[in-house]
Amino acid sequence: MPGGVLFLILCTISAVGYVMGRRKAVSVSGGDSRVMHSLLPYHGWNVALAAFLVGLSVMVLWSLLRLLFGFTDPGNNIVSVLSLAAALLAGWTNYARIERNYRARNVVELMMKGILIFASSIAIFTTIAIVLSMLFETTHFFRDYSWTRFFFGLKWSPNFSGNSDLGMLPLLWGTLYVSFIALLVAVPIGLFAAIYLSEYAGPRLRAVAKPMLEILAGIPTIVYGLFALITVGPILRDYFAQPLGLADSGSSVMTAGIVMGVMLIPFVSSLSDDIINAVPQAMRDGSYGLGATPSETIKQVVIPAALPGIVGAILLAASRAIGETMIVVMGAGAAAKLSLNPFEAMTTVTVKIVSQLTGDTDFASPETLVAFALGITLFVLTLGLNVLALYIVRRYREQYE
Amino acid sequence: MNDMRMVERQVGTKPIKISGRNVQVYYGDSHAIKDVNVDIEDNTVTAFIGPSGCGKSTFLRCLNRMNDTIDICRVEGTITLDGEDIYDKKVDPVQLRAKVGMVFQKPNPFPKSIYDNVAYGPRIHGLARSKAELDEIVERSLRRGAIWDEVKDRLNAPGTGLSGGQQQRLCIARAVATEPEVLLMDEPCSALDPIATAQVEELIDELRETYSVVIVTHSMQQAARVSQKTAFFHLGELVEFGETGDIFTNPKDSRTESYITGRIG
Ligand SMILES: Nc1ncnc2c1ncn2[C@@H]1O[C@H](COP(=O)(O)OP(=O)(O)O)[C@@H](O)[C@H]1O
Ligand SMILES: [Mg+2]
Repeated sequence: MPGGVLFLILCTISAVGYVMGRRKAVSVSGGDSRVMHSLLPYHGWNVALAAFLVGLSVMVLWSLLRLLFGFTDPGNNIVSVLSLAAALLAGWTNYARIERNYRARNVVELMMKGILIFASSIAIFTTIAIVLSMLFETTHFFRDYSWTRFFFGLKWSPNFSGNSDLGMLPLLWGTLYVSFIALLVAVPIGLFAAIYLSEYAGPRLRAVAKPMLEILAGIPTIVYGLFALITVGPILRDYFAQPLGLADSGSSVMTAGIVMGVMLIPFVSSLSDDIINAVPQAMRDGSYGLGATPSETIKQVVIPAALPGIVGAILLAASRAIGETMIVVMGAGAAAKLSLNPFEAMTTVTVKIVSQLTGDTDFASPETLVAFALGITLFVLTLGLNVLALYIVRRYREQYE
Repeated sequence: MNDMRMVERQVGTKPIKISGRNVQVYYGDSHAIKDVNVDIEDNTVTAFIGPSGCGKSTFLRCLNRMNDTIDICRVEGTITLDGEDIYDKKVDPVQLRAKVGMVFQKPNPFPKSIYDNVAYGPRIHGLARSKAELDEIVERSLRRGAIWDEVKDRLNAPGTGLSGGQQQRLCIARAVATEPEVLLMDEPCSALDPIATAQVEELIDELRETYSVVIVTHSMQQAARVSQKTAFFHLGELVEFGETGDIFTNPKDSRTESYITGRIG
């Protein structure tokens, strides 16, 4: 039978188990539930959870085994029988145990804890698995291509007939350059907006402005990309780049950086606003009580107290900027270049990952495998940034608590 | 007995520092302070007592316009400091608060060093012309706050790392450093243990020589120990105001008597 049906049957068994377990507990208690060690619903849950968890585990184990050993199970017959039998057996065992002194509550608590641990480990193990698989492909790449040429190469020109130059530095440079400009736009504006919202704006304005900022944060980045392509790019080209004789392409680091900065403004301001609001009112009162003005209070008391959080918010924004793809494709172009001129087209790591993997590709040539090496580099970069953020936040905490 | 006290009172009368006339305070529609008239003398400790929620803090915060920072709060009537209306349009609340300092219920040192905490006010108001002068102000204030000996070796340590009692004395030193004329204290000892409380009370008594001190307290013993004048508030009204000794031994209003004997509160 199909997996979905199997799952539904499992649920039904559990539901029946709940009712039966509870009913048996009622009859054992003889109408006075106080003589039981555990409350009545626990006896029901005890049976239901045991049946469900055991049945589900068998299903999952079976799929894993099938993946590992590659045998077939036409129509899922074997697994259906196995898992339903196991579920019934487990449910029945716990059902049989029900008596006055049976500690159903403790067993249920234990099973709940198990479920929670399972859920958290899924997140961790998937991350590890992803990293491992990337590492695996990366080692393949470095078998065909020297790692010094990759990390220190100044030229990026993949060539699908072979003999490519796959130097990462132009891409890394583009990534950092675009992110830097984005932060230059987003951090001051976002921070000032947050200060205005949390310290000066009245409650009515706040009630309107804050949700609006949060809506801005929810706009898909491709929309910002269109904005970069159609509006910001041409404006920058016609009014700045060409008159100044710097460049004449609509795609530029500046375009992508500014638009990405705009995208990050609500992100920075919303996070900083929460952090500034978390500074206790007593701090502000203390400052006002000494005759400080609002701006002195903000500069000398509120911001220093909120600084660790704000630094954390900025580094989070930096991670987002580094990982952003769409705005760069549409705003900065796809030409890998090492240049200081912000009005020239450049590109970033993420864009090249995409472009190396689209189209007909076999995962054997260095031209495609390089994507994994780039991915790992990006991963390490953002990981480092997050670790740094945590470190800074913790150091400030120690200082102030 | 009564006559003697009358004489004493006349002799003890000091110049009036702050006076409130027909003061009303509203939070939105709720009427928190109803028609309060009070004269607070210089070089005197005045205690505000009353059951919680009766408006002691609210009235105290009127005296340095801290209520301006609450949007829905509205103050009517007149309050004068040295004869000048502090709610006049000409008066800058920022300057007023430099003259009327405040110490809060919970110690609230800034997340800065002990030195910077005390130097905060003087720096803002430009009271020191040189680093040496600032050092001097900081030391003097910490001495007045009766905490100098405990912190003189670690002025650069964070103020938040001190114990509760030390923090509160630091906050008092911080308030003193701006050289105010009046010091408002809102239950300054409620978060402190008995020893720290005794230290702060002793300090308050010394501060009286230089300042007019107004202290809100929920402890009647404390009011009796530290104050010369006592005001009893009840449900937003100033029920009784007079010499502390009179209020505690010979209250005129039945509500004061009930509160003092523990029947309301
Ligand atoms: N910020 C505020 N907003 C609205 N109402 C307030 C505010 N502060 C105090 N109140 C109200 O004003 C009254 C007096 O409060 P408060 O002055 O704090 O009393 P006390 O200090 O004597 O305990 C109370 O009823 C309280 O609910
Ligand atoms: Mg109060």
